[in-house]
Amino acid sequence: MNGERVIRSGEWARPVRPVRREVLSARPELDEGQPPLLFVPGFGHGAWAYAEHWLGHTAARGFPAYAVSLRGHGGSGPAPEATLRAYAHDVVQVAASLPRQAVLVGHGAGALVVAHALARYPARAAVLVAPVLGGWATFGAALRRNPLGTLPAVFGGGLRLSRRQLFGRETPDADARRHTNRLGRAARRAQWELLTGTDPEPPVGGPPVLVLGSPDDRVLPATALTRAARRYGSAPLLFPGMGHDLMLDARWQEPIDAILDWLVKNPIRGEVR
Amino acid sequence: MPTPTEQSRPDPEPATLARTRDGRPVSDRGDTVCVIGAGASGLTAVKNLVEHGFGVDCYERETGVGGAWNWRHDRSPVYASTHLVSSRPFTEFPDFPMPDDWPDYPHHSQLLSYFERYADHFDLRRHIWFGTEVIRVEPVAEDRWDVTTRSTGGYGPERTSRYAAVLIANGHNWSPKLPRYEGLEQFRGEVMHASSYKDPAQLRGRRVLVVGAGNTGCDIAVEAAQQASHCWHSTRRGYWYAPKYVFGRPADQINDTLLALRVPLRLRQWLYHRTLRLTVGDLTRFGLPRPDHRVYETHPIANSQLVYYVGHGAISPVPDVARFDSPTVELTDGRRIDPDLVVFATGYLPRFEFLDPKVLGDDEGVGRPRLWLHAFVPDHPTLAVAGLLQPDSGLFPLAHWQSVLFARLLRLRTTRPERAAAFAARARSGAGERYAGPVKDSTRHWFEVGHVDYLRALERALRDLEGGK
Repeated sequence: MNGERVIRSGEWARPVRPVRREVLSARPELDEGQPPLLFVPGFGHGAWAYAEHWLGHTAARGFPAYAVSLRGHGGSGPAPEATLRAYAHDVVQVAASLPRQAVLVGHGAGALVVAHALARYPARAAVLVAPVLGGWATFGAALRRNPLGTLPAVFGGGLRLSRRQLFGRETPDADARRHTNRLGRAARRAQWELLTGTDPEPPVGGPPVLVLGSPDDRVLPATALTRAARRYGSAPLLFPGMGHDLMLDARWQEPIDAILDWLVKNPIRGEVR
Repeated sequence: MPTPTEQSRPDPEPATLARTRDGRPVSDRGDTVCVIGAGASGLTAVKNLVEHGFGVDCYERETGVGGAWNWRHDRSPVYASTHLVSSRPFTEFPDFPMPDDWPDYPHHSQLLSYFERYADHFDLRRHIWFGTEVIRVEPVAEDRWDVTTRSTGGYGPERTSRYAAVLIANGHNWSPKLPRYEGLEQFRGEVMHASSYKDPAQLRGRRVLVVGAGNTGCDIAVEAAQQASHCWHSTRRGYWYAPKYVFGRPADQINDTLLALRVPLRLRQWLYHRTLRLTVGDLTRFGLPRPDHRVYETHPIANSQLVYYVGHGAISPVPDVARFDSPTVELTDGRRIDPDLVVFATGYLPRFEFLDPKVLGDDEGVGRPRLWLHAFVPDHPTLAVAGLLQPDSGLFPLAHWQSVLFARLLRLRTTRPERAAAFAARARSGAGERYAGPVKDSTRHWFEVGHVDYLRALERALRDLEGGK
């Protein structure tokens, strides 16, 4: 919470350019005053990844649910030169446009984008799902499991994730193929920053952070998951047997229910009067 | 007549022991912090105090948020064409950006909608008592404060509540500063202060004299150039009229590119003078006086159109007014002009009529508080003033960090009293410090700060408070 940056001359001098942003949403029939959830997809994914199951389920449980496609992904405007800063900017812009203080949920590299956004927006809470916070260890794991898909990314090519990396065994093959075919790619510079970039600044406003993932994730090593959770002062919530894309897995309902239960149980800051 | 919010307020506990000096009961609000005003600075203070776990009672004399930026408010100084003079990145709150598809320099109505969204997004309105004005703030034992309020306009009974701390955010652009001139009372034309200027229709077909070269004076002079039959623009000295765009980008963004590179002030001044020379050109050929100071030594004026209209002969630059000599106006160079409307864009003065001036260190009662970081009051650790700044950039991020610092200080008073004590000592020794290069001495520059110098000082205070490096 301490040590936040006050002076940002460089960022003020070079504001991020606006772009058309795709935001999908599902709202509960009855507004019970619950905070909205903003889902942020990982690299290559768009808001569609959440529209499949999680948005509808979240709304059915009484929380307004939104999902944004980062620039250059899904239905958002093209951005071949995007950086992590631009992605975090997209998240903060959408979060600030929501009627109430939002909970940010990031998946994969989208969790890193959320971690950066948390320094620029006082989220009510944050959830990092299978967070790929970058660094060479993650890269090494990806390289071991999928050398042909990972290696080109080093030279500015697209990072291709295979079906076996993303989905657990229980996911029907047809679904897995359909989702894999929809994958796009992140901008080259953002991919590089994922590898070499600086650590996210500390979050503002002291939001509670939940980390969850699968020990059988074939993108994110279990050690990286534990490390990510420790960084936010907790242990990860584990869903064994699931693939990296928890929101598209055959057992998608377990993690989202766990997230919503956590939000209900956890006294959300600002609610205490 | 009490407003609905007044009625829903809890009445003071009957068992309350404390009494005011005239014997009325004081309701003890415990650790709650009182914020005066729900304008930009007040709103960010409420948000940050709540974020740090404090209960907050905010009193707002008007019925809406936005303070000066709410054109519905009778004290609002905005006119129909008011736009920001600092571009968006310098003006938005650091943790709640304006929409990125807004223009570089948004209109005042967009600013108001921004503050309303801020208030709704962070659910701040439940902490605000609208239609309630603060009439007295008095220090009591243990660094606590008795705040007396009543419905705006003097209706209803007075109520006094006791708070752990008070943050004053009552704004400083609502009490007009009117200069005195010989013969002004006898002048037959219309005289107004810029605060009553709302719409260019007020200038149409008139012979207008605009006095003052602040950003407002320049805006009004430009509108007079477009609407009036003649416009004189009177300035005391020569100024640097900076365009809002240079090199195809908002000028303040260019300036901060240099600041980010830590280019020293002298070099920045030289570059600035060069740039103005190459773009705006030499203004003395229009009869404008040569600036008697270097750029950054007076509050910057960002106006691309003023020079344009001077060049079209639609604005006649004139020196200071010597005296009003009905029906004409005599200038300091002996010339006489005959306006039928005089607009004084001569600025505003801060006012804290609910507080003994000595509390803010203004012993002579001239209206200039003596504070540290223009916010913290020596000898009153639980009192602060937010937004009493005249930055060379946007004010709201500065007010945000002021209130973050105040919230951290209040929290440390219970958890780490020794650090809070060190902070208080610093407030005593640092009172009256300036955070700008050398500036001209006038009321306009009392609170002048360079945004980076000031934010650096705030950042240092935050780090010291937290015991970091």
